[in-house]
Amino acid sequence: MKKQDVVITGIGLVSSLGEGPDAHWDVLSQPGTKPVVDEATFAPYPVHPLPALSLDKQIPKKGDQRQMEPWQRLGTYAAGLAIDQAGARDLVSDMHLIVAAGGGERDIAVDEAVATALCTTPTEEAGPILNEKLGTELRPTLFLAQLSNLLAGNISIVHGVTGSSRTFMGEEAAAADAVRIAAARLSEGRGGIALVGGAYASQRWDLALLYGSGNALWRGPFAPVSARDGDGGFVGGALGAFLVLETEEHAASRGATALAKLSGVATDAAHNRPNPSAAAAKALWQKLGAPVGSLGVLSGMTGVPDARAAEEEFLAGFGDAAIRRTGTLLGHGVEATFPANVALGALALSRGGFYPAMDPADAGTGAVERILVTGFGQWRGEALALLERAA
Amino acid sequence: MKDHLGRPLVAVTGIGIVTPLGWGREESWAALKAGKSGISRIRRFAVDKLRTTIAGTVELPEEAEGAPPVSAAVRVERMAEAAVTEALAQAKLGTAGAFPGPLMLGMPPVELEWPQRFELARQANGSGAYPAITQVATGRRDIYETFMFGGVGERLAACFGTTGAPIALTTACATGASAIQMAVEAIQRGESDAAIALGTDGSVQPEAVIRFSLLSALTARNDAPEKASRPFEKSRDGFVMSEGAAALILESLEHATARGAEVLGIIAGCGERADSFHRTRSNPDGHAIIGAMRNAITDAGLEPADIGYVNAHGTSTPENDKMETLGMRAVFGDAPPPISSNKSMIGHTLSAAGALEAAFSLLTIRDQVLPPTINHDEPDPTVMLDVVPNVARPVSGLKHVLSNSFGFGGQNVCLVVSAAP
Repeated sequence: MKKQDVVITGIGLVSSLGEGPDAHWDVLSQPGTKPVVDEATFAPYPVHPLPALSLDKQIPKKGDQRQMEPWQRLGTYAAGLAIDQAGARDLVSDMHLIVAAGGGERDIAVDEAVATALCTTPTEEAGPILNEKLGTELRPTLFLAQLSNLLAGNISIVHGVTGSSRTFMGEEAAAADAVRIAAARLSEGRGGIALVGGAYASQRWDLALLYGSGNALWRGPFAPVSARDGDGGFVGGALGAFLVLETEEHAASRGATALAKLSGVATDAAHNRPNPSAAAAKALWQKLGAPVGSLGVLSGMTGVPDARAAEEEFLAGFGDAAIRRTGTLLGHGVEATFPANVALGALALSRGGFYPAMDPADAGTGAVERILVTGFGQWRGEALALLERAA
Repeated sequence: MKDHLGRPLVAVTGIGIVTPLGWGREESWAALKAGKSGISRIRRFAVDKLRTTIAGTVELPEEAEGAPPVSAAVRVERMAEAAVTEALAQAKLGTAGAFPGPLMLGMPPVELEWPQRFELARQANGSGAYPAITQVATGRRDIYETFMFGGVGERLAACFGTTGAPIALTTACATGASAIQMAVEAIQRGESDAAIALGTDGSVQPEAVIRFSLLSALTARNDAPEKASRPFEKSRDGFVMSEGAAALILESLEHATARGAEVLGIIAGCGERADSFHRTRSNPDGHAIIGAMRNAITDAGLEPADIGYVNAHGTSTPENDKMETLGMRAVFGDAPPPISSNKSMIGHTLSAAGALEAAFSLLTIRDQVLPPTINHDEPDPTVMLDVVPNVARPVSGLKHVLSNSFGFGGQNVCLVVSAAP
């Protein structure tokens, strides 16, 4: 099978800094940008909140909006932005879709009330009461807002994307493999155009419970990724990030502008940290086979200590490459972070520039010809993507 | 060794199965051929106040001895481990803890369940408020690693020593078929000579049962559990939730032949088509279902007339079985091949269904026996299909089986399973 080159023709990006390529370029290409942080609402966990969205622009039917909660709305919205930038509205019926998904929203009020009411009741007495409460208090449609594959389902319904639909689960690694496999399928001739990405709604207590249980969340006043001492942790960032990928030929034949070439994506699971993880990433870098000169790095570093140590060991091999820890300004968006950084990479290459330092530890200022995106998962997973200027 | 598109043929050399009918391939298959139901009253938790009180369940050995029920996350992983172990024993590929290929894991989304919430609330002095339980949960690595979506795949990948990153995926009720498709694609693209494809689900817990009930998806024929799942039958009124796992060891035919492995069959074609009509219903014109079936047959380089039997999605909901009938007639015309639903016996194993049904399709070809659709008491006049009613049917010369999987969210995946060449 002849491998075809894959290019990025659309990015859909929503973060606490705003929405769309222009807003992100304007803010991130200026030195000294400050993150948007809410330290109070989910204290002791700071979060980067979701910006106001004009939902009607991407999800015109109110009925569709009502069937979703913030996570699915954010993802569906960002997916629409990507399709729009690619000018691919008329190509959706044969567009392939891979979404990296977490769990959808729960009914927080019901969860709290039921747990408080029944936690000390003996199991045999609590069971029937639990059944009755859940049966009467859960909204039927909330199940659909909760189901992981229904972000993809909503993208199919709202935007008409029906070539194929797959949903990967598994935090950061799921997103990297989603991009890898979406690109590989195009490259080997399984379709001409694909949509891939994820979303993270940071303002959710159920996610604080899950990630907090692993000590993976930063507590206290905001600090940049490199300065999160002690237990470390990530600051959740509202993030919706989708990419429209096409074979170079498919894009060229319809006159679409390629923002960047996606030259390679490589992933692994080392099962251990920090050293095996760093070694795995070094092997992935060898596999990508790119020169180290004129390299810009967009790091998905979370601030979780073992992951950060593994990545710092890996990055130490890159000499004077320009390294940017995007998590300091965008926060960490779990399934959305890898596609978001690929999107930022494509944006920079399309504008012929790169970003100034985002984190106090960011170094390197040279000209950037190609961009490496890193994705060390908060717990597991090593992933790299290489972007180059479109021909 | 190559298919009609020049891609490596993908062979199955190991099959592992766990169902409510038994922990093991041959035990489950023998019961299925005998038309035995695995559906029973739920004993795992109190069913008072539930509309539906029946399901297919798989108990872990320690639960059978009286230990408290485990969470779905744990059940999913344990059944998966058993299925992969059985499949590997048959395939004899790789060494212990070192499998030469990736893991494609179809599984349900998992999350903290009520026993965990109650425990945390007790520790938080009786408060179930999120800030309070989040605080007491801090540092509970057991909760974190159990309920993160990547946890099950991470542990299975480490246990069996699969290569690269494990991929966990969900396409609702088509999940198991999607996992097989992902593994087939990885081998076809030359990413690996072999792969493990797995579908596993163990979601019979109160909240999941209630949520499916609230969507009016489940039957409430609680009085006769074994009669409740009646796909394609006139009085069908919903599906029965169930649990199980199936693992397939896949490798390129060339790789399997070179090492002298017994080839159990070929995954000859995969087809998919998403639907944009509705979150829980198919477009009434059936185009996505029809498209997925046709795509799978075309992908296998076959014509509809080559398909000798269809392993139905056949959930026993009025809607699915009506749409599947429409799809059958559209794809196969006036003389569709026989079709039967494993779900009439084992219920709807959700994320595992596509993998289990592909596994049973392989065994159908091996033994040249079509498993029945049980509980077929009164035919539905609108279902003009041979559903292999009630009793298994010996056949001869069966080479190609189409296995259908259709899910919520417009997910449709079909596989063509073929005899070894």
